[in-house]
Amino acid sequence: MAAVLHSAPKVSEIDGIADALSKALGDMLIHTKEEHGEIVLGVERERIEDALRLLRDDFDYQQLMEIAGVDYPGRDERFEVVYMLLSLTRNHRIMVKCRAAENTPVPSVTTLWPVAGWLEREVYDMYGVLFDGNTDLRRILTDYGFEGHPQRKDFPLTGYQELRYSEEDKRVVYEPVTLAQDFRSFDFMSPWEGAEYVLPGDEKAEAPDVDKPKTTEDKNDTGADPKTDKKAAKGTKADPPAMKDEEKSESGKEKGDEK
Amino acid sequence: MSMQLEQSPTTGDDVITNYTINFGPQHPAAHGVLRMVMELDGEIIERIDPHVGLLHRGTEKLIEHKTYLQALPYFDRLDYCSPLAMEYSYVLAIEKLLNLEVPLRAQYLRVLFAELTRICNHMLNMGSHVMDVGAMTPNLWMFEIREDCLNFFERASGARMHSAWYRPGGVHQDVPLKLLTDIADWLDNRLPELFGDAMSLVVDNRIFKQRNVDIAVVSKDDAVRWGFSGPMIRAAGIPWDIRKSQPYDVYDRMDFEIPVGTNSDCYDRFMVRVEEVYQSAKIMKQCLAEMPDGPVASDDRKVVPPKRGEMKQSMEALIHHFKLYTEGFHVPAGEVYVATESPKGEFGVYLVSDGSNKPYRCKIRPTAFSHLQAMDFMCKGHMLPDATAILGAIDVVFGECDR
Repeated sequence: MAAVLHSAPKVSEIDGIADALSKALGDMLIHTKEEHGEIVLGVERERIEDALRLLRDDFDYQQLMEIAGVDYPGRDERFEVVYMLLSLTRNHRIMVKCRAAENTPVPSVTTLWPVAGWLEREVYDMYGVLFDGNTDLRRILTDYGFEGHPQRKDFPLTGYQELRYSEEDKRVVYEPVTLAQDFRSFDFMSPWEGAEYVLPGDEKAEAPDVDKPKTTEDKNDTGADPKTDKKAAKGTKADPPAMKDEEKSESGKEKGDEK
Repeated sequence: MSMQLEQSPTTGDDVITNYTINFGPQHPAAHGVLRMVMELDGEIIERIDPHVGLLHRGTEKLIEHKTYLQALPYFDRLDYCSPLAMEYSYVLAIEKLLNLEVPLRAQYLRVLFAELTRICNHMLNMGSHVMDVGAMTPNLWMFEIREDCLNFFERASGARMHSAWYRPGGVHQDVPLKLLTDIADWLDNRLPELFGDAMSLVVDNRIFKQRNVDIAVVSKDDAVRWGFSGPMIRAAGIPWDIRKSQPYDVYDRMDFEIPVGTNSDCYDRFMVRVEEVYQSAKIMKQCLAEMPDGPVASDDRKVVPPKRGEMKQSMEALIHHFKLYTEGFHVPAGEVYVATESPKGEFGVYLVSDGSNKPYRCKIRPTAFSHLQAMDFMCKGHMLPDATAILGAIDVVFGECDR
């Protein structure tokens, strides 16, 4: 491992803790990862409650600080639920995660930590992950009567509904989102680092359409014909006479005034 | 011996049914937009269902659509009472993923201003807490200190509140020497006097004690199970402070004490904060005494943009500047959870990077979320006016709670 240069919070270093944890979790464990100084344990979804109970009771991870959802739409089970555990006595942190899909509920850990109640509600609200055993799985952050799960990657940033106060109805009304200006998504990624757009001109690199040979533009296509050209040329002398007269008269007046 | 909880009044054979009221969302003691559906038995709280999310702005979603640097100012707008403490977790998370070294002066400056933020935050919280239980004057006096703090922020970053001054790799700009000497003067002369005056009105005040002592007593066990942190867990008697146990930047060089409570009630929470202000002042003095000269940001040009003067001379610097402010820097793939001791408790950032210039996921762990969830069991059996004292002692700010 490379030397630690950053100055982020330093937890105490316990020798072989990752191995000890993975050994204790046994067949509940799917994968374990130690990266960027973080220990991440992937656990089977059905047994997440047992795994966390084991970590809480036998390894002194007394506090559940956070439950985070993450969405990876490419996967079969697209959601990840990440539990951040903190040991106050051993001064250590780990992350435990399991995967879930929309229709596969995760066992609730409200039985272990009452704080999990709201944390699970938030993951449900944002991602639509269901928690089996949470008795109060209502939405928490979004509006009353909100539909959809906004943190999913396929949920648009602008959302679907907007609300405003209607002077006619004397109440707040909900309407579909209308954007006064097109939604602008700037992608400044370098083209050689995987930008997801076609560079201007690149579309020509494709093989030309042979069925429709390229020809010089036809008059009928462009709308220009000799008649319009003639009309347009009328009255366009190098120095328009009318303007010249005006200038003369104005300058004459001014001179007269001065005298 | 703790207080006996109130018994509900009986009226002989007449049955008084419980009734439900709305506390907020627009209530001066709700510290923002909090709606609490309260079930009352007479004046005694039976059940509280806090409805949060009225200030939900989709910060985490917006961050996923911004580069790492563009996402930084959103953190100022989370807990707008302690903006720099919010930025702190985020920049440390980025630095952890990048494994980026921060120059020593920048570390000292960040600690200095994080502690100034703590003082600033506690002035607002303690002021509003005493106002919630009926005292007006201390709040006004403490706002004088807060005003001084905001002036210091302005002199450092140009902004009174939304500083965006901490940057991945250091801080945005160096501070003038005069600012540091002024802060030192302020710490020596003005802060102890103003704060001491304000506290002399409160800490031994009979009414203040009547409203706070033995209100919402939380056991150590409950404090741990409900995910308490910061002054809330310290008031419960657990000496847990991330600055001490998991030091970041130069906190491991600082000499300071962690105040803990003995009774775990609202009064203890208040007194923990009072002592924290003095400890913060102590840390700031050490920072000012020890701060070395030197650069205030990393010289890794793939992350930290060059100075303007350099850009006028060097083509390389110009290119770096352009690339950093359009494409932004790339962060190696991986995931970290970084938590710092914000004035309100553990403020964490769970950052998932896919190796591109935008965070794949940025989960913000607000302090108020878990504390507010405990409102129900903390308020049970207390009187309606106690709810405001409990809420004031939690120190909630909805920008952070609702994100």
